[in-house]
Amino acid sequence: MYDFTYAKPANIADAVKTLAADAEAKALAGGMTFIPVLKQRLNKPSTVVDLSALGLNYIKLEGGKLIVGAMTPHGTVAASPEVKKALPALAELAGNIGDRQVRYRGTIGGSLANNDPSACYPAAVLALGATIKTNTRTIAADDYFQGMFTTALNPDEIITEVHFPLPEKAAYAKFANPASRYAMVGVFVAKFASGVRVAITGAGQNGVFRHAAFEAALSKSFTPDALNGITTPVDEMNADIHGSAPYRAHLVGVMAKRAVAAAG
Amino acid sequence: MAQISLTVNGKTVSADVESRTLLVEMLRDKLHLTGTHVGCDTSQCGACVVQVNGMSVKACTMLAVQAEGAKVLTIEGLVNEDGSLHPMQEMFREHHALQCGYCTPGMVMSAIDLVNSHPEGLTEEQIRHGLEGNLCRCTGYHNIVKAIAAAWPIMHNKVPMAAE
Repeated sequence: MYDFTYAKPANIADAVKTLAADAEAKALAGGMTFIPVLKQRLNKPSTVVDLSALGLNYIKLEGGKLIVGAMTPHGTVAASPEVKKALPALAELAGNIGDRQVRYRGTIGGSLANNDPSACYPAAVLALGATIKTNTRTIAADDYFQGMFTTALNPDEIITEVHFPLPEKAAYAKFANPASRYAMVGVFVAKFASGVRVAITGAGQNGVFRHAAFEAALSKSFTPDALNGITTPVDEMNADIHGSAPYRAHLVGVMAKRAVAAAG
Repeated sequence: MAQISLTVNGKTVSADVESRTLLVEMLRDKLHLTGTHVGCDTSQCGACVVQVNGMSVKACTMLAVQAEGAKVLTIEGLVNEDGSLHPMQEMFREHHALQCGYCTPGMVMSAIDLVNSHPEGLTEEQIRHGLEGNLCRCTGYHNIVKAIAAAWPIMHNKVPMAAE
């Protein structure tokens, strides 16, 4: 690891100031991706700004929405009685990210800021139409994800909260890579009174995406069979040593059906 | 260099570390607590698991400076004052849950956290899921799972540890 200056600001204003003052400064959330990246010398920040003292580790229900502080670890979301009751699909998703040790440290804000194309949280945030609150503004999920490892965030912008609307039904089905536990394909389905939203992670060349054909079919009939015969464009799929593009395109349909079945 | 203070195995310690020093490097190289192993160095194998404020974490994926003020427990901190083993260590011995022993410190630290986190009981499936972050290349896991299942009732005071 290259050396860097470590800063642990006690409030959001100081954290933003430190990030804004130096283009080479980087924010550290749980560090479950960032620290391995630093160890491999894939990144050389001048200053690492630890966000753990900003008081952003909380979960609350407010105005019919579930609000999760950006520094809330996956394990906390998975074990939270509020989340289990209001949005059980999110608790289930959080409880299957990485492994137990990763879930104690990895955070929702870190996952969203990184926007790994195989991360689980982006699928939930996009399918649920959540809003991402930062120190300066509120960003709709549909505007937030802008391709692999790319988001609407500015370099000196910090995610503070994620606001989840509560669906009638929702579920997440993940086909995990057996070694890394990352999603080779993960499908989150959410049924609202206004219609169904479906988001897919792990599969697309541009990271998480919505599946319009699935959404249209499921909005008419929220059953696994409603997806029969609907295909996913192969040329938009990822291909790597773990699975070819046609394989992933097929898996998208299989996992979407499983998610619908699980949502009930 | 920054000086950090923390509690390791019940004792207050301080160490001079660089910002980039990993927790596992501080434990092994500065404090000479070499029971915590480095296996993969890529956050996957779990040989370096220690407890930080009661939670099992991979010490190769945490900066030492992040542990400022924390309570850290390593495998060396488990043995009782009279030299007797922690029930989890005892059950690992009893059930032959190790062969080469390299993964064992991390396995034991993860297992203790897993048992502590499930006072209501622990199924075999939960134990296997709970060990996802720890790799063992010798035992095939069966005896590790047995050892953890056997340690649960002892750690939750349902049965006493059998006399040797």
